Amino acid sequence: MAETDTLTTSHSVALVHQFDDPQQQRQAGELGMWVFLATEVLFFGGLFAAYTVYRLAYPDVFAAASNELDVRLGFVNTLVLICSSFTMATAVYNAQKGNRKFLIVFLCGTVILGLVFLGIKAVEYAQKFEHHLVPGLHFRMEGADQSKAQLFFSLYFAMTGLHALHMIIGAGMIFVLILMARKGRFSTQYHTPVEVGGLYWHFVDIIWIFLFPLLYLLGRSTAGH
Amino acid sequence: MSVTAERQLRLPKENYLTNNYGIKSWLLTGDHKRIALLYLASITFFFFIGGFFATVIRLELLTPRGDLVQASTYNKLFTMHGIIMVFFFLIPGIPAVLGNFLVPLMVGARDLAFPRLNLASWYIFTIGGLFVMYSVLSGGIDTGWTFYTPYSSQFSKSSVAAAVVGIFITGFSSILTGLNFIVTIHTMRAPGLTWFRLPLFIWSTYATSMIFILGTPVLAITLAMVALERLAHFGIFDPTYGGDPLLFQHLFWFYSHPAVYIMVLPAMGVVSELVATFSRHRVFGYKFVAFSSVAIAVLGFLVWGHHMFVAGMSVYASLLFSFLSYFVAIPSAVKVFNWTATLYKGSVSYDTPMLYALGFIGLFVIGGMTGLFVAALGVDIHVTDTYFVVAHFHYIMVGGTVMAYLGGIHYWWPKITGRLYPEGWARLSALIIFVGFNLTFFPQFMLGYLGMPRRYYEYPPEYQVLNVFSTAGASILAVGYVLPLIYLLWSMRYGPIAGPNPWPSTGLEWQTTSPPPTDNFKVMPVVTEDPYQFKPEVAQIG
Repeated sequence: MAETDTLTTSHSVALVHQFDDPQQQRQAGELGMWVFLATEVLFFGGLFAAYTVYRLAYPDVFAAASNELDVRLGFVNTLVLICSSFTMATAVYNAQKGNRKFLIVFLCGTVILGLVFLGIKAVEYAQKFEHHLVPGLHFRMEGADQSKAQLFFSLYFAMTGLHALHMIIGAGMIFVLILMARKGRFSTQYHTPVEVGGLYWHFVDIIWIFLFPLLYLLGRSTAGH
Repeated sequence: MSVTAERQLRLPKENYLTNNYGIKSWLLTGDHKRIALLYLASITFFFFIGGFFATVIRLELLTPRGDLVQASTYNKLFTMHGIIMVFFFLIPGIPAVLGNFLVPLMVGARDLAFPRLNLASWYIFTIGGLFVMYSVLSGGIDTGWTFYTPYSSQFSKSSVAAAVVGIFITGFSSILTGLNFIVTIHTMRAPGLTWFRLPLFIWSTYATSMIFILGTPVLAITLAMVALERLAHFGIFDPTYGGDPLLFQHLFWFYSHPAVYIMVLPAMGVVSELVATFSRHRVFGYKFVAFSSVAIAVLGFLVWGHHMFVAGMSVYASLLFSFLSYFVAIPSAVKVFNWTATLYKGSVSYDTPMLYALGFIGLFVIGGMTGLFVAALGVDIHVTDTYFVVAHFHYIMVGGTVMAYLGGIHYWWPKITGRLYPEGWARLSALIIFVGFNLTFFPQFMLGYLGMPRRYYEYPPEYQVLNVFSTAGASILAVGYVLPLIYLLWSMRYGPIAGPNPWPSTGLEWQTTSPPPTDNFKVMPVVTEDPYQFKPEVAQIG
């Protein structure tokens, strides 16, 4: 596109040619992410709907199966994610203030917490594998309807797996933000990518805030060991 | 300004087609107009592939006995016809081609909000298409386009996984296109272009985008579950694990019923533009037409159960879904009545796009009214899985969407290419399509009511006469579809120069040159009046 260059000269450097001014560009970026998150809600929604249906259909088996999950690791992971939301929010704040050093520090903190979460999740998955709780691979759970318990673990792996995939994408995205911040691409005028990335990160956290009680906590007291 | 003087002019020196040359300038473009043409090429390709399968289906049904193809081949034919036509032609059709081309022009913007995302959408669409083509070539798929479990998840020996993955991927191209449209319409309207000054095509595209955003992800996750079930014994839809195959139908139709409105809402937007322009009259009850699009999009999410009346759902749920389905008729009828009222005291001309628009209104009324038949619990039990249903949805999808798509392509062709198509040929093929369509599908209403089931390659001999009519109609229809392909390609080189506003019409897209420059407008437009303000003095020239 040949005229792009001539057009953007009159605007600030970060403004792309289709927008009139930086404000319009920021609005578009933020609205775009909100709309995308609406899509994500329904993407997860299919799994949440399936979970609800079977939780209601087989409450006892699901309560027993959820007791097999490691609630301590789940709880630690919940704390890790809440902390990462805090570091992300602080990163966005520093981006708005134009404080590059702290922006990078807090973005790095967010990525590290995200990786800690994924690491703990990997430990949990490994435990499930050792305890024969992976559907389709010699699945065996004491004292419960085998096939329906397997359904619980199918949902567990699908929901946490999809969430973990979003975490991986989010961590990669924040890594790119760190590189951009190091190059000095952000300023008090222009930091939409950090804000938009923050929205995504908080959304992924919120998904976990729903997953944790649904999968780990619900029915735990009634099906005690 | 006189039209004849303009026609002697040359195409504008600076336009999006001649700005850059070479394959790279197309495959790496961010220009919404070029991306629209990439989509145009892709979906035309898929249309003729899907059409080929339909041709073999109609040939097989010419005789009562299964003598052309085997039963298993026939299953694959109607499945692949459905998958390709629905997911790779009808759903992307008007939004991705006309929407991509027109949304920025109509709102007075230089491009969509996210041009690179827009290009990515096309690549995602293409990758999804390759998966489905792989499925077609590696033995085909025989589940029906609806992928009902447990057949699709456990028993089918055909290439289900590749097709499901392909449609999963393609879904994201719909989502990203819808996202781009919503953001563009919200944030990039020209100064003075308030919501109630927007062209009705924009309103219907906006409503369609809502469905893209909220419906498509549910289909995506549902198909992902089917793939997991096939590949990894996921169990969600498998009764041996306590799963319920009916859950698949609920999730599938939660998207796929609104998907019908993805197909027909943009078509309604096109028809609103055509009816206004060719009756030179503002659209009667503009706000009602605008809000009826949103109403259809919202109601569309509440009626999925009417596909499952015989699937074993509770009677009370069925009653509710039936009742809600009737509600969709209200905004649909608002549109039909308002288009008709727009014609009243208008200065109606019968150029090709208008022929398609009028054809749409007539066929949509038939398709919509028979929709009420199948939404009624008692009648539905009689006609479920018969050709009545096939005829009903083809009246909406082909009689509605394809007619409007072709009308829109003809109407905006001068804007897209800068040249006029041959009017005589175009009117002739519009007529051929109308006749061929009705001859193909009207007998299917009768066949269905008489009890001929869909998805069988043989039928009792007493149904043959109507089937011969239908196949004869399909051959006429095929001629009607090939003709525009030929003369539109011809007109790209030899058609007379159109000038900026050949019809002449209102709307920002007609205020720039044809074809438009890469940034759409030499001077960014400012809007000072309501849409569809046709001036009598301009009408005399047209």
